[in-house]
Amino acid sequence: MLKRRPTIRDHSAEANLFARRAFVGFIFILALVAILLSNLYTIQVDDHQDYQTRSNDNRIKVIPIAPNRGLIYDRNGVLLAENKPVYNLEVIPEEVDDLTASLKSVSKIIDITEQQQADFLDDIKHTRRFKSQVLKARLNENEVAMFSVNQHKFPGFSIEARLARYYPFGDTLTHALGYVAKLNKKELNKLEQQDEATNYRATHDIGKLGIEKYYEPLLHGQVGSQRVEVNNRGRIIRTLSMDPPQPGDDLVLTLDIGLQQIAQHSLKDMRGAIVVMDAKDGGVLALYSNPSYDPNLFVHGISSKDYKALLNPDRPLINRTTQGRYAPASTIKPHMAILALEENIVQETTTMWDPGFFQIPNVEHRWRDWRRWGHGHVDVYKAIEESCDTYFYDAAYRMGITKISNFMARFGFGELSGIDIHEETTAILPSKEWKEDRFKESWWRGDTISVGIGQGYWTATPIQIANATNILVNRGINHPPHLVQVAKKEDQITQLNNEEKPPVVLNNEDNWRIAIDAMHNTVKKTTGTAHRAFKGATYDPAGKTGTAQVVSIAQGERYDADALKERQRDNAIYVGFAPYNNPQIIVSIVVENTGGGSSVGAPIARQLMDYYFAANPIQSSGSKVP
Amino acid sequence: MTALHNKRSIWLRLHIDLPLLIALLLMMAGSITIVYSASGQDSAMMIRHITRMAGAIIGMFVLAQIPPTTLKRLVIPMYCLGLLMLVGVLLFGVSSKGAQRWLDLGITRFQPSELMKLAVPMMVAWYIGRNHLPPRPLHLIIGFAIVMLPTLLIKEQPDLGTSILIASSGVFVLFLSGLSWRLIGFLSSIVALAAWPFWHYGMHDYQKQRVLTFLDPESDPLGSGYHIIQSKIAIGSGGIEGKGWLQGTQSQLEFLPERHTDFIFSVLSEEFGLFGVCILLSLYLFIIGRGLFIAVNAQEAFGKLLAGSLTLTFFVYIFVNIGMVSGLLPVVGVPLPLISYGGTSMVTLMAAFGIIMSIATDKRMLLK
Repeated sequence: MLKRRPTIRDHSAEANLFARRAFVGFIFILALVAILLSNLYTIQVDDHQDYQTRSNDNRIKVIPIAPNRGLIYDRNGVLLAENKPVYNLEVIPEEVDDLTASLKSVSKIIDITEQQQADFLDDIKHTRRFKSQVLKARLNENEVAMFSVNQHKFPGFSIEARLARYYPFGDTLTHALGYVAKLNKKELNKLEQQDEATNYRATHDIGKLGIEKYYEPLLHGQVGSQRVEVNNRGRIIRTLSMDPPQPGDDLVLTLDIGLQQIAQHSLKDMRGAIVVMDAKDGGVLALYSNPSYDPNLFVHGISSKDYKALLNPDRPLINRTTQGRYAPASTIKPHMAILALEENIVQETTTMWDPGFFQIPNVEHRWRDWRRWGHGHVDVYKAIEESCDTYFYDAAYRMGITKISNFMARFGFGELSGIDIHEETTAILPSKEWKEDRFKESWWRGDTISVGIGQGYWTATPIQIANATNILVNRGINHPPHLVQVAKKEDQITQLNNEEKPPVVLNNEDNWRIAIDAMHNTVKKTTGTAHRAFKGATYDPAGKTGTAQVVSIAQGERYDADALKERQRDNAIYVGFAPYNNPQIIVSIVVENTGGGSSVGAPIARQLMDYYFAANPIQSSGSKVP
Repeated sequence: MTALHNKRSIWLRLHIDLPLLIALLLMMAGSITIVYSASGQDSAMMIRHITRMAGAIIGMFVLAQIPPTTLKRLVIPMYCLGLLMLVGVLLFGVSSKGAQRWLDLGITRFQPSELMKLAVPMMVAWYIGRNHLPPRPLHLIIGFAIVMLPTLLIKEQPDLGTSILIASSGVFVLFLSGLSWRLIGFLSSIVALAAWPFWHYGMHDYQKQRVLTFLDPESDPLGSGYHIIQSKIAIGSGGIEGKGWLQGTQSQLEFLPERHTDFIFSVLSEEFGLFGVCILLSLYLFIIGRGLFIAVNAQEAFGKLLAGSLTLTFFVYIFVNIGMVSGLLPVVGVPLPLISYGGTSMVTLMAAFGIIMSIATDKRMLLK
């Protein structure tokens, strides 16, 4: 307190002090401005390119555009699968703040059940981000109008015009065409493995069955894209450039829709399968499995009620033409006869006595003929015409299973026919190895006997039977069955499936003739099993009936259809071709649990052939006839 | 008397510093241009913006007419009223966006912290200016108390940006008054040491989040890092020449948040590039230089300290805002002075320039 400050202020000293401080302050400011500027220089000049890119990434979005799926036509140009415009209510989940609440309020405008809402919420967990998802497909006009008025209340929801697959012939073609339906997570993973995922960025549906699945890569096409400028809410401001998608190929089938409809009508409500093949090239003219179902149900997501209805004991989901395993029964007798002739077990002229049953020497068991009193003296022709069982029991017994199995494999039994749909089974061509593998049991001599008449362990699909017959009537030439003949892209036409498989070659080519003549007699002769059905035909048909046991009949019992439950009655089988001297078509028919091939199978074949030859001229027998 | 002198004396009589006025009007013209772009050519917004500017210019003009001697008399009532209102805000203020900053006066809402932006430097300048410069320790301590009391009250609202601005305006007075460098060094180390407890006990979670985001904005690109990332993209993509007026995709397509307020500098950088940035900074430096020139030439300690402090605080606005949008500083809600859309800050700033003009012209009146 001794040193008191002077009471008089030194104004000039204070002014100097202030000026110095102000100057220091200004220098300090300049330094800070320099720091700001150098940082801005780094951002705006050094890192300009990087930020320019990121700025463009913000505003430019590439929106994929789904290609139009290829159309499917029958052989005469009738449209079988088309794309129809529909209005869908779609949602981009990422653009909705509270999805559950929005679904609830949108369901007050458009009827969406709680189950559908829950399913939708579950579905979107498995999909790509920022891809719009169908909430409700095929809105009606009223729903479109109701939503459009309220659209502003539902950001992220929109009505989109889409092309949806439509099958105008409904259940007539389901097992051949298959259908498309919503792409699922599993399929997406598969596409990713195949490096195809980008091509499906905008695609909602994928082929699930039949031709739609098998030819998915051709039908789908190539995704296109559109570069657009968007704002921060993803709303499109303008289009910058466009790379149009390439539509998928159109397919032309070998199927004839008219014949297919005849096939459907002829089966009425009977369970069964019909395959009609072009004998010249293996093209499938009709492929029908009954009962069928409407594929359009699946396109927009089938309801669980509708789906449950399809899980009935008649099993409409099964494609009986390629997945139905039936004993081929007597339809393979011509093949068996050829083998017996090749092996010199029988000759064209030799006969045997049929007492109505066959016995292995020193064994009690009797393998009965379908005609209890037998066929008397039987040669190879009569054996086929009258479908004598005893003749083939004996032949089979003498040839042994290995020869039979090896020979029948050459006609495609026990193998996939290679038809261009994935739904196919090999069925069973029995052999010693097969039995040991399957039952851990060795092959009994007795097992061979019923194989001789296409029964026992032997099963085949209707397409296999058609294919085996096609090889036979073409004397070994092997045109495998197929449904698609041509893929069309604009003006470019690609032939598909015109390859041949290696032919079946016999030691004695004349043996073909014997089998074919015998099948001709089956229809031509009054004693033939298919004679009645083809009376008065304008063409010259040939064929073979079959009646396949579904349950084995105990020794000493008679088959009595009335006493058996419906599902245990015999299957009617028929395989036929026409004209006999220059085959144009092959027909293979199985009708479940309806009894005889001659009474049920042959008349259906007659209807199909009548239709075919009404529309197609009978070709003159060229060099084919010997 | 020459004609030139005559002309000068007209502005002098109107209490207007012409170079400063021209610079301010240029800034406002720039503001109209950029806000027009940033608002998406919203004419209703433009009308509000220009109306506020006109109001702010009138406010500046009115304040310029009040001589420093009258201001000195108003200092204590203003400061006390401000403090009372700050306490009022904490007790019965109106909340908006998680902060309680507003006082509802029935007809209008008022933000007392804006009053304090002027009252605090005035109070400190008055208190320190009463005595000899450099100030004695006791005066320094009281001066600090005058600064810290409202600063802490505002930080409680919470409004970190404004409390930083007010604290710096007070501290600048002390600095300009000749606070010894040794003391400055000592206090700086205290502040540095205090940062740690401040981080743990003094900051709100959202403020901490801002700091963390600032240190690594890419860690949360869609959350709190979004602002700063989009801002840097806007600035960086502008390059040297910019994308052109109304052509900034970051701003026009609304990727940049808070485009017309806190992040308006990013809009300017995107559309006018580094070139535009340099013009803006030059104009700012001119205004600061002019403000300091006025301060140095002021007649009295009060005027010098006040004009100097207001000018330096003006720079704090600039530095914090540009530093924030370009990623040098954490995101603190400070507008870009004289450019950002928003009435309160514009009015307060122009009021401060009114005071500076009053100080500038007061001296010349005395010289006559």
